[in-house]
Amino acid sequence: MLLNQFLVLAAVLFCIGVYGVIARKNGVLVLMSVELILNAVNINLVAFSAMTDSISGQVFALFVIAVAAAEVGVGLAIVLAIFRTHKTVDLDQVDLMKG
Amino acid sequence: MIAVLAAAAQNADAPVYVAQNVAFGIIAALMVFSAIRVVTTANVVHAAAYLVMVLAGAAAQFILLGAEFVAITQVMVYIGAVVVLFLFGIMLTKAPMRGEEFARRDQWLAGLFTSVVLFGVLIYGLLDGFGRSKIPQDLQPTLTGEVSDSIFGTYLLAFEAISLLLLAAAVGAIVVSKRD
Amino acid sequence: MLTHAWIIPLIPAISFVLILAIGKKLPRGGSEIGIASVAICFVLALTVAFGWVSRVNDGTPPEGRQSSQSYLITEGHETRPVTEADAEAENGTDAAAHGTEAEATSTDHEAEATESTEATATEDEHGTETSAEGEEGGEEHHATSAVVRDMTWFDSGGFDIRVGTMVDGLSSLMLVVVTLISLLVHVFSTDYVAGDRRYTHYFAFLSLFTASMLFFVLSSSTIQMIVGWELVGLCSFALIGHWWEEKPNSDAALKAFLTNRVGDVGLLCGMIILFFAANGSFDIVRITEMANEGAIRHSLLLIASLSLMTAVMSKSGQFVLHTWLPDAMAGPTPVSALIHAATMVVAGIYMVARLYPVFFEGLSIGTGNINALAIMGSVTLLFGALLAFVQSDIKKVLAYSTISQLGYMVMALGVGAWTAAIFHLFTHAIFKACLFLGSGSLAHHIHSFDMKKDMGGMRKVMPKTYATFLIGTAALMGVPLVTAGFWSKDEILAGAHMLGGGGDGYPFAIVMGLLGAICTCAYMTRAIWYVFFGEPRGKSAEMELHENGPRIVVPLMILAFGSIVAGFVNIPDGSIPWPAKWQLWFEHMVEPTGTYFVATNPDFGHPSFLPWVAVVSFGAIVVGAGAAYLWYWKGLGPHGITERNRFARAGYVVLEKKYGLDILYTDWIAGGVKGPIARAAYWINQNVIDGLVNLVGRTAAKTGQWVYRYVDQGAIDGAVNGSGATASGAGEVLRKTQTGKVQTYGSYLFVGAALLAAVIVVIAS
Repeated sequence: MLLNQFLVLAAVLFCIGVYGVIARKNGVLVLMSVELILNAVNINLVAFSAMTDSISGQVFALFVIAVAAAEVGVGLAIVLAIFRTHKTVDLDQVDLMKG
Repeated sequence: MIAVLAAAAQNADAPVYVAQNVAFGIIAALMVFSAIRVVTTANVVHAAAYLVMVLAGAAAQFILLGAEFVAITQVMVYIGAVVVLFLFGIMLTKAPMRGEEFARRDQWLAGLFTSVVLFGVLIYGLLDGFGRSKIPQDLQPTLTGEVSDSIFGTYLLAFEAISLLLLAAAVGAIVVSKRD
Repeated sequence: MLTHAWIIPLIPAISFVLILAIGKKLPRGGSEIGIASVAICFVLALTVAFGWVSRVNDGTPPEGRQSSQSYLITEGHETRPVTEADAEAENGTDAAAHGTEAEATSTDHEAEATESTEATATEDEHGTETSAEGEEGGEEHHATSAVVRDMTWFDSGGFDIRVGTMVDGLSSLMLVVVTLISLLVHVFSTDYVAGDRRYTHYFAFLSLFTASMLFFVLSSSTIQMIVGWELVGLCSFALIGHWWEEKPNSDAALKAFLTNRVGDVGLLCGMIILFFAANGSFDIVRITEMANEGAIRHSLLLIASLSLMTAVMSKSGQFVLHTWLPDAMAGPTPVSALIHAATMVVAGIYMVARLYPVFFEGLSIGTGNINALAIMGSVTLLFGALLAFVQSDIKKVLAYSTISQLGYMVMALGVGAWTAAIFHLFTHAIFKACLFLGSGSLAHHIHSFDMKKDMGGMRKVMPKTYATFLIGTAALMGVPLVTAGFWSKDEILAGAHMLGGGGDGYPFAIVMGLLGAICTCAYMTRAIWYVFFGEPRGKSAEMELHENGPRIVVPLMILAFGSIVAGFVNIPDGSIPWPAKWQLWFEHMVEPTGTYFVATNPDFGHPSFLPWVAVVSFGAIVVGAGAAYLWYWKGLGPHGITERNRFARAGYVVLEKKYGLDILYTDWIAGGVKGPIARAAYWINQNVIDGLVNLVGRTAAKTGQWVYRYVDQGAIDGAVNGSGATASGAGEVLRKTQTGKVQTYGSYLFVGAALLAAVIVVIAS
């Protein structure tokens, strides 16, 4: 197996995730797109781990999974709080950072 | 997707590992298709279901790469917990099931532009940097014991930091979402 | 004791915790713990200093010349058996198990016969020419390397972060200075802040500051330096804002903190560059040795030293980032004496001195015609001194004088006069602490620092304060032969003349130095006139004043005594009759001779005593002080010129506005950056992305509008309305840029990252 086939797959997933983060309006969907990005990173880590025959990549993939779980927890809590105050999860309606 | 298949096709001369390559191709195609559906479908629940496909596909790729423990963790944490959390999120926010998910055109274009630029740079960098380097043929599954030795030995400090982060995230999630 | 120096910062750290925990219950509110701990530290610091002196004196004779290719720490490490380390370390903690003792004595390692420091300065009169001579002949002199002891702090991913102590002449000197000033300030404070509402917290933070500063000066690795650096910054922030209920005080604390953060970015960048340049090592000895041997590329050293200079600029109040230091006088006066005059602000100087080979090679101090460090110091010393003229607050006069004196030190480092800089650091710490505590003594009853409004004629009511303040002032001016300031400032000026540019000297630096000396004398004379002479004004006239109690006066006397005798530790040859054994004793003891210092570099030299420099600097005193004397005492000169003459007025306003730097920072940079960058980014977004879609249609429509508005309408009333409409239209377009939409910002982020990656890919391929 080529190393690049995994890396290219990860790149494709990453770019799809970036598209989702920027283009989707629903807060929950944005979080899902972030998960796509994180998974792309994990595939890279594990692929390099296999390539270099070192365990570190797998360990870091596990760490990324843990961080992703924390991120989803906090992210969904924020979406819930926004839904409660704004009655919507449409990120276009949420512009508290407007200068 | 085409790029992935092209990369896989480049590998046609590999002697024995045909089965792996075929498996990779099928799973990769499925993953890319599902990922595209995640970001384009109008139905949020469908998006969650497609996300499950992508995550499961990633787990399968991990097994192909010999990282069995990571694959199992991926299934348990992602599919078992994260996706369920997403479904709860969808239910609690009572998001309409269809019809509202049409992003503004400029946003849509911005997303497309960004991801195409990123993709171009990434592909150029990858092909330039790793060309045809191969993953070792005699790939053995990693023993879980080795993973645990590494986590609780070399990376103990990072592990502690992540534990603390999870605790902080749990507390933070409760604080942010509680009704006051 | 040299290997157990780690105890010294530990004691005040424990004291900090103790004061916070039980301080309020004690009869004296925790101050007794603070004083006791600092007193112990002072004794221990003296022990370390004596240990170092005897180490230099008894150093074993050289075992012949060897090439000094070994990096002391890596190869020189001796990992002793655990039991032995345990017994020796007597700390009983697990740490001892990891403790490796790297006592790099000259017997263990290469005892390279470096050029004799004594030989350089005493044997001949021509400074830099000596070095070649000194290497070959002269007295055989041994190098005394630093006592380094470290252990693993933490270890992550096979990456070992070490922490430890490094004791040599420089750190021993700093230990003594910090603990001495800290002890006197503690004693002074028990009277000065008596009855304060946060008395206990005040002493807790003094302890923490002492601990952090001692930790900083004992650092054996750059990461430890960063930790100490940030800790002293934190204590400074807390103590400036000690009376935070008043808005100006908390503003001053914030300003100090934020200005220092600007420099901290430079510090981090510099240290990270050095880390990679030294093949992944934070170890100071290793970094400096590699820099010394030319094992690091010059360009890397240049960038690293320029980054580190930003840190010096903020912490040591160098020009353009000095603005926080005068405002920091909002804190209690003993704090100003300890932190903002004697110790913390010299952290930058110490850092440069510690990593001197990096700067020496990076900025080509030995060979270059002029370098950034010398320029920064020269500019600061004159501009700071000029600003001191327009202040009416005595503490601010002293603060600007501190900036100016720090400028002298940086300049000295910049011209290559390392010992002169450190010597000035030492003497300045003593006499400036004396002056600051003196101003605190003056203001103790009247609660005002305003010389013009509330002081005057105070020499009669406070004779002891007057006497000590006068001695401190004399030292600051550099009155010849008897005061400490003379010997150190003179050495700096001689260095500026004789070193640098390969021995040609930096005329710019010496001119600025002399002008600064004139200004110093003039503004200090002015301050003395306002405070001690004339008739009492304002509060000092209304109140019945008397001399302060012993807890205030005794520290003043000790410091005044120090302001005189401190200079005699480094009497150069050929100046005054002095026992040869004690000539340049300071230089002999403090200046490192090991391979981690530039002493072996042929471009490094020492200035010798130049009679004409002493005469000229004496002339500067006469001119400066004399002019001020004639102006204030005799009423001569064009008084009121600032009202009458336009140019004089303009100059006065520029000084009063502090060169407009505060306005530049808050209104222009901080206020300006927030909006425009976001606007510019959005403008690009709007015009690039949307432009792809709408370009054609919009352009056509806009052209039509433009023709209509400006050609058609413009012919009639466009001249009047057009400009207004354009402005508001542009404003309307730009206002939209800050959409507040996270995703728009996200797309900027990703596009920016992608473009950056593309640039790197193009460069790399």
